[in-house]
Amino acid sequence: MALIEINNVKKRYTSGDDVVDALRGVDITIEAGEFITIMGQSGSGKSTLLSVLGGMNHPTTGEVEMAGVKLYKLPGEKLADFRAQNLGFVFQSFHLISYLTAIENVMLPLAIVKMSTSAKKTAARRALERVGLGTKLDRLPNQLSGGEQERVAIARAIVNNPHILLADEPTGNLDSETSKEVMALFRELNDAGQTVVMVTHNPEYGAYSDRTINLKDGKVVGAQA
Amino acid sequence: MKLHTISINNLKRRKAKMAFLTIGLMVGIATIVTLVTLTDSMSSDIERKMDEFGANILITPQSNGLSMNYGGISLGGVTFDQREILEEDLAQIKTIKNSKNISAIAPKVLGGIKVGSHDVLLVGVNFESELKMKQWWQIFGDAPKGDNEVLLGSDASKVLNAGPGDSIEIKEESFKVAGVLDQTGSQDDALVFASLPKAQKLLGKEGKITLAEVAALCSGCPIGDMVTQIAEKIPDAKVSAIQQVVEGRLKALDQIKRFSYAMSGVVVFIGSLIVFVTMMGSVNERTTEIGVFRAIGFRKSHIMRIILLEAALVSLLAGFMGYAVGMGGAKLALPFMAESENAHLIWDSSVAFGSIGLALTLGLLASLYPALHASKMDPTEALRAL
Repeated sequence: MALIEINNVKKRYTSGDDVVDALRGVDITIEAGEFITIMGQSGSGKSTLLSVLGGMNHPTTGEVEMAGVKLYKLPGEKLADFRAQNLGFVFQSFHLISYLTAIENVMLPLAIVKMSTSAKKTAARRALERVGLGTKLDRLPNQLSGGEQERVAIARAIVNNPHILLADEPTGNLDSETSKEVMALFRELNDAGQTVVMVTHNPEYGAYSDRTINLKDGKVVGAQA
Repeated sequence: MKLHTISINNLKRRKAKMAFLTIGLMVGIATIVTLVTLTDSMSSDIERKMDEFGANILITPQSNGLSMNYGGISLGGVTFDQREILEEDLAQIKTIKNSKNISAIAPKVLGGIKVGSHDVLLVGVNFESELKMKQWWQIFGDAPKGDNEVLLGSDASKVLNAGPGDSIEIKEESFKVAGVLDQTGSQDDALVFASLPKAQKLLGKEGKITLAEVAALCSGCPIGDMVTQIAEKIPDAKVSAIQQVVEGRLKALDQIKRFSYAMSGVVVFIGSLIVFVTMMGSVNERTTEIGVFRAIGFRKSHIMRIILLEAALVSLLAGFMGYAVGMGGAKLALPFMAESENAHLIWDSSVAFGSIGLALTLGLLASLYPALHASKMDPTEALRAL
């Protein structure tokens, strides 16, 4: 059974008289351990698809099933709990909390988990070591370079050992050299068994993934393995 | 890393904003503390002054009498079975339950007497307690010091043609006029005041008194209860409260308190607005941050806890500081407001706990909507990046 099944997902945004169909019936299946790149131009619906996949954006119609759980059928705050336990997010602008140190930022997803502080610190330190930042635990985000901030964001996304790592344009704010390092890091994580779904508009980075899904005008228009 | 780590670190980072919020709330709390403390202290001072300024309980002989006066015109009265109060009975007043509230007892003996060719009303008083009770008396000359000295009311002085230092003769005994009262506009103007023992002797009423005025300090003591307690101790006397004085006193205090509460209400409202606007601004500024929290799985209740904990910490600090600054303000303002050196600042623990509790309640209530607003933010909208 596939880890993720997206069945006929449609998403319509309405603002006054304006109606935008961001997703027009998307069907995707993702297996555990896969590294998927979702590619497409601006406005193709790739970020909307990622937010639907991340349990943050209710589709207008269709279903998203992850590890056997129908995400949008979960009651109340169970969807938030599902995100906390099963998903890791890497955002385009890193979105680190400026008043927290690197290790505190990484511990953020654990703030709502019942664990001892020392266990949380150990987990966060280990995650930072995995991304090569074991020596910069107590730096604030403004004391880190763009690439280092991205690594902290990745460490934050993997600290709770999620089923799926979702990344939205993770290299969008990085120079090409740093971008390659970050992509290599994603590849490394995937090689270690982490399922990764990444949105990018740069075809060059598709090479790091197992499969690329192309979106155009809210529809899947092709896929390359 | 716990939720409170986020709140505390955020407060540390936004020092300027949080200082503004703390100061805004602190000024509100300090104003209320100052107003309440000043009102309490001034009320206590006014109470003390008013108590010193006049009697509020009157003790007269028990009689089955019908007064016959209307609109200030007296046609005499029918009095029968009149009993007299013995001077020694007054000592019983000091044994009542609320005796600590008695400020002064002023016994008096009254009687008509001839001075030269004039009929005058002689009043025997204990000058020490009388002068304590009637602090509005202005005396030209001196207060009588011995049994052979008298004090004249202003009209009596004119009629008897005697001033300070002169002598008058009563029952073939010579008395020195020690002083003359300035016009009071009351019955005192027509009276001749002598010491109680001398007046009793002159009137042939040794050991007896006609009436006694009692000034009670009424902070926390119901006059009605004291009247009952005195009446039980002196069953032959009629004890009555001078309601007008009591009610006037209560009304004055009530007006001050109402003004203070109205001002506090306005300050509470302004304080709430400051907290609301600042917290709302803070939440809006942190849209992305809240979006990240929601995206990584924080529940709505977690977001609310973060925001409300920040509000609670700031409010507690503002409460403590507000109480300290408010009491300092009250201490500085009291001498000017009370116009009295004897006014004392009242340190009330309920004001301390109340101000901190009020700050906390105010901070939390005013932050409730911003916290709810934050918790309801759609993570996708909040992040915008997705």
